[in-house]
Amino acid sequence: MRYSIFSLARNALSYHEKWPEAWRSPAPKPAYDVVIVGGGGHGLATAYYLAKEHGITNVAVIEKGWLGGGNTGRNTTIIRSNYLWDESAAIYEKSLKLYEGLSQDLNYNIMLSQRGVLNLAHNEHDLKELSRRVNAIRLNGIDSEILTPTEIKKLVPIINVSPDLRYPILGASLQRRGGVARHDAVAWGYARAADAHGVDIIQNCEVTDFLVEDGQVQGVETTQGAIRAGKVGVVVAGHASVMAAKAGFRMPVESHPLQALVSEPIKPVLDCVVMSNAVHVYVSQSDKGELVIGAGIDAYTSYGQRGSFHTIEGQIGAITELFPIFSRLRQLRQWGGIVDTCPDASPIISKTPVDHLYFNCGWGTGGFKATPGSGWAFAHTIARDEPHPINAPFSLDRFSTGVLIDEHGAAAVAH
Amino acid sequence: MSRQSFRLEGGGRIDRARALGFTFNGKRYQGYAGDTLASALLANGVHLVGRSFKYHRPRGILTAGVEEPNALVQLETGAHSQPNIRATQIELYDGLTATSINAWPNVKWDLMAVNNRLGRLLPAGFYYKTFMWPRSWWMTYEKAIRRAAGLGRAPEAADPDRYERQNIHCDVLVVGGGPAGLATALAAGRTGARVVLVDQLPELGGSLLDESAGTGEAWRQSAVAELAAMDEVTCLTRTVVTGYFDHNFLIACESVTDHLGHTGAQPHLPRLKLWRIRAGQVVLATGAFERAIGFKGNDLPGVMLAGAIGTYHARYAVTPGREAVFFTNNDTAYAPAMAMAAGGARVKVADVRTEPGAVADRARAVGIEVLPGHAVVSAAGHRKVRGVMVASLGAEGQVGDPRYLRCDLVGMSGGWSPAVHLFSQSGGKLAWRAADACFIPGVPAQTTRVVGRANGTIGLSALMAEAHAAGADAAKDAGFSGSGDAPTLESDQPEQAPLQPFWSVPAKPKSERKHFVDFQNDVTVGDVRLANREGYRSVEHLKRYTTLGMGTDQGKLGNVPGLALLAEMQGVTVPEVGTTTFRAPFTPLNFGAMAGRDVGEFMDPARRTPMHDLHDEAGAVFEDVGQWKRPFYYPQPGEGKDEAVNRECRAVRNAVGMLDATTLGKIDLQGPDVPALLNRIYTNAWSKLEVGRSRYGLMLGEDGMVIDDGVTSRLGENHFLMTTTTGNAARILGWLEEWLQTEWPELKVYANSVTEQYAVAVIAGPKARDLLGEVTDLDLSADEFPFMSWREGTVAGIPARVFRISFSGELSYEINVPANHGAALWGALMETGEKHGITPYGTEAMHVLRAEKGYIIVGQDTDGTVTPLDLGMDWIVSKNKDFLGKRSLTREDTARTDRKQLVGLLTDDPQAVLPEGGQVVEELQDRPPMTMIGHVTSSYYSANLGRSIALALIKDGRQRMGDTLHIPQPLGGPTLSATVTETVFIDPDGSRLNG
Repeated sequence: MRYSIFSLARNALSYHEKWPEAWRSPAPKPAYDVVIVGGGGHGLATAYYLAKEHGITNVAVIEKGWLGGGNTGRNTTIIRSNYLWDESAAIYEKSLKLYEGLSQDLNYNIMLSQRGVLNLAHNEHDLKELSRRVNAIRLNGIDSEILTPTEIKKLVPIINVSPDLRYPILGASLQRRGGVARHDAVAWGYARAADAHGVDIIQNCEVTDFLVEDGQVQGVETTQGAIRAGKVGVVVAGHASVMAAKAGFRMPVESHPLQALVSEPIKPVLDCVVMSNAVHVYVSQSDKGELVIGAGIDAYTSYGQRGSFHTIEGQIGAITELFPIFSRLRQLRQWGGIVDTCPDASPIISKTPVDHLYFNCGWGTGGFKATPGSGWAFAHTIARDEPHPINAPFSLDRFSTGVLIDEHGAAAVAH
Repeated sequence: MSRQSFRLEGGGRIDRARALGFTFNGKRYQGYAGDTLASALLANGVHLVGRSFKYHRPRGILTAGVEEPNALVQLETGAHSQPNIRATQIELYDGLTATSINAWPNVKWDLMAVNNRLGRLLPAGFYYKTFMWPRSWWMTYEKAIRRAAGLGRAPEAADPDRYERQNIHCDVLVVGGGPAGLATALAAGRTGARVVLVDQLPELGGSLLDESAGTGEAWRQSAVAELAAMDEVTCLTRTVVTGYFDHNFLIACESVTDHLGHTGAQPHLPRLKLWRIRAGQVVLATGAFERAIGFKGNDLPGVMLAGAIGTYHARYAVTPGREAVFFTNNDTAYAPAMAMAAGGARVKVADVRTEPGAVADRARAVGIEVLPGHAVVSAAGHRKVRGVMVASLGAEGQVGDPRYLRCDLVGMSGGWSPAVHLFSQSGGKLAWRAADACFIPGVPAQTTRVVGRANGTIGLSALMAEAHAAGADAAKDAGFSGSGDAPTLESDQPEQAPLQPFWSVPAKPKSERKHFVDFQNDVTVGDVRLANREGYRSVEHLKRYTTLGMGTDQGKLGNVPGLALLAEMQGVTVPEVGTTTFRAPFTPLNFGAMAGRDVGEFMDPARRTPMHDLHDEAGAVFEDVGQWKRPFYYPQPGEGKDEAVNRECRAVRNAVGMLDATTLGKIDLQGPDVPALLNRIYTNAWSKLEVGRSRYGLMLGEDGMVIDDGVTSRLGENHFLMTTTTGNAARILGWLEEWLQTEWPELKVYANSVTEQYAVAVIAGPKARDLLGEVTDLDLSADEFPFMSWREGTVAGIPARVFRISFSGELSYEINVPANHGAALWGALMETGEKHGITPYGTEAMHVLRAEKGYIIVGQDTDGTVTPLDLGMDWIVSKNKDFLGKRSLTREDTARTDRKQLVGLLTDDPQAVLPEGGQVVEELQDRPPMTMIGHVTSSYYSANLGRSIALALIKDGRQRMGDTLHIPQPLGGPTLSATVTETVFIDPDGSRLNG
């Protein structure tokens, strides 16, 4: 059933008793053309684009828990493509473009809100970096501009641009096409659309091992039995190195907790996303009214989806400095996810030493914004058994050749 | 001012001698000391206090505690204002002002209540299905949605209050000061263990506070007195434990003066204090939350939880109504029913159980009409309940013919959910107890014990025995003994009959859309059914799709019924559907308290050098470099930045300038293996560096990229001083320690930061030797004290290490003295230097001067992607020894000869200064995109050369010498053209610096 105001009205007449399932919950078949391991946003997007772009519909997405339960459902929902290097700009811009039509493409409102993303500069060095970045972004044909403190204050009236601030705001870059989206809706929208193409979505099924013969993957072993597959794509943020170890190779990622928190809902006070590298914090206000606040990763490596209190204590100090009216507001909920970070802070979307086994991982703190582009490129890589030019630079072998894409400065906060 | 017409004649813990005036929604009322805002409103007959989040339905006070989902108010106005505060938690003070939130123009006539009429169109997740056409309109829809959403308002001015944080350590932490918590604390406290008892209320006692007289109150008073007399016991009241983290680390927030209102607060005290508690053992005595039951209109003002009615009655001497119908599936609702009946109210009880047992007989004996096997199927009224329909329930769940009962109050009890939140946060696993239809603590993850109702324990004597044993055990595990005997406190309540699980009255779909499960977020039984039908069957999907449990009460009321309903719909047990994760904080935690004193100038300590005040007096403009404040330039009257920097640069090349270089990282290295460490850390060789000599070094990461540089000097056979860049000082010390501790523990090296132990003044320029010669006992001749060496002597009478090194390309001495002599040194050099034309210079002139010489700044001319070879610094990379990053330099891409390389750029127009960060293109296009081949890393106007200079990283740059390249300025300004040159613009043979 297509979603629209008309179907909503029609179903209201029957008190919403006739809505169909958004996706089926089938039992796994013995074999598929492609198995995607990991039912987060990236995995579901991969399945969707395999079906839509490549006509491969005999596909299963296998998820250990519930759809979108990893970082897809735990991030701060920021979307932007203002990346320094050409390779990053290309994939994040591809992603942003897909996002711009995604609600209509999926027939599921993902609530993309292009309200603008501000990156603040607090010292001379920040300003120089900002200039470099914005120059590069503009010459790549992507929107970005630089604002003065006065212009920042006009855009964000509640921000403190006083020169007496410990780290005063000296300027900012603004990507107007950046913004936020509803993270769960991205996962659910992709799931529903992939299901409509015939993709089997199998929840509560953990992949325990890979079936490999003669250096080529033949399927996966799961808690619901073996599932054969011609090709297997693995996209399991937080556990990529664990899964790679099962396949017999090492993945150059470190796993860290990354925390976020929300305030109680309040009436709108903040109409764009504000990020600050120097004071390690980023904030936006959700449609529900909650301030959504994130920071840098917890410094230690861990697989526990919870973080340390001192990390968020520090970020709250910074945020009440930038936004003095936040001091009397209250934290409602905090949580953590596990992010896989690569040495160069760029992702891996790649073939692997095992034939027909592909990995998509290492998105660090930046995975949500990349979801459509990542799925689109990964689908191409799986379907053609070779990367698309857009993700060819993000291959696993760059760590041995040295063609790194160092984006440490590009993340919201230093990794 | 209204009379308190619902206040009881006697009883309660309020102080009738202290009347307090307050204002709610612009109307003046009176309450008493000891009231909460909620109890005072109820005493005045005010039930309608708010509007729900989505449908803007009228809502009243539902509970008497932290679980309240409805009665959220905007407390106070102006800078002191706070949104979304629960009226049930606000202690009344004189002059309190509060207003309802999320209603316009007011709570009585709320225009947004149109959403309630449209409610049929707005089921759970409706927004995912619409607002998609036309595409560009979403931002408009969103604006309207955002305005309608949200609850209260943020204050409009900065917070005038102060907050503190305090650390506390204890052997046993007891959370909850009810009977179980008191018994636990007594048992642990008597052993001499250090005990902290935390409770959220102003008074210890918990549920015992609901009996103002009798044996419970007597015991409570003696327990509180005994605890107060124990030296090692700390009782924190008005304090909520909000978070339970790893390693028994807990966070609690105490109201120090918040409850007094801002006019009553003492200025020397903080508003709130955040306690950071590290406990050996933790005992949770957090009690239980009563549950609501789903029926049509169960959200009408006047429909309350039965236990809350009891609390208002007993603790606050308020009767929330005069004619009550209780609706229950268990025994506990009978006590408040009987209390109301005793107070003269007309009371009926609809009990879903066909055989309610002895408690029903006792109720009937006091004149209460009990309807066994009956349910309240709907409530009637407009902004206030005025009656209910009750009907019999068949064995198969069929509902009989309803009949109308007039009432002005409904008390519901759907059973109790132990407050397992903190236990779950700590990592403990929950278990389902089918008999009481509730989750109870299962296996703990830390040294955690749970007692009393939080553990599902029913009955006062059982609870006291359990609590005493847990307190004694916890103390014993902490190394203490001697808890004495368990207290005996007999309950006058007889044993309870079993509860009958019952979550919502069976009804048609239309009606189920008005059976509320999550009151704040307007999630109904119909929404749960819709989510399940559409496949959002995981509890997490249910939560996220319907927003069940995502309100400011975090599902304290609605979560368990929601899960149970989902389980029922799926035909499985509740534990099979599981629970969502319990997240900190238990109750909303104030941001100001989290930040504590780490705001304003304390947000991050500003580091100032010992010469800072002298710079300030000289009129320096400062810049932030890491945590340091460094002089940026020293403008003289009438000078702008450019003029000042030009003057400073000329002074250094023509006379002598002085720079405060204190902030450079200084690491003292001692031990026989320092040369070995340096050989591994730096790209060049260090074994042969003699005592008295200095050497420049580059450090690489494992990836072969430059991470830092600096000069290291040999102070003695086993003693070296390393310098690092200002911003990297701590990171490099960490880098050395990481290698020393994890990979090379065999190396005998001690590394210590001495950055702040020494002040450093750099004098640079052709007159530097003349100046220094006047104030030192050192022989400064080039033979005795050559470039790249250091000597120990006195400067201006101060013991000093003088390093003859240079970052400006001039003859230069870096004078290190003990930090507390820094200002004296600077002052003496300024005074003596006056005749030599000494000019203090800042970081900007330093940058220009080094760029004239082609010296790099790590982090500006490098960005983590640059090798020494890219910088043209092959001369410093040893071929004979191994060092960190060496292997990476041989990688296919790193070894390429056409990588981005550091070159000089000279603009065609010598007066045009390239933008730093400008991107360099070979072939200009009319418009983006265009291919970039590098970027400008450093760019200045050089007063000494009378033209601009720049450094840039350019792809295959060294093969482009003499080529013309272009720098477009997409942010405004003309495209500039420049010629590729070598990086050294001044004194390429180094005669100035070696002289």
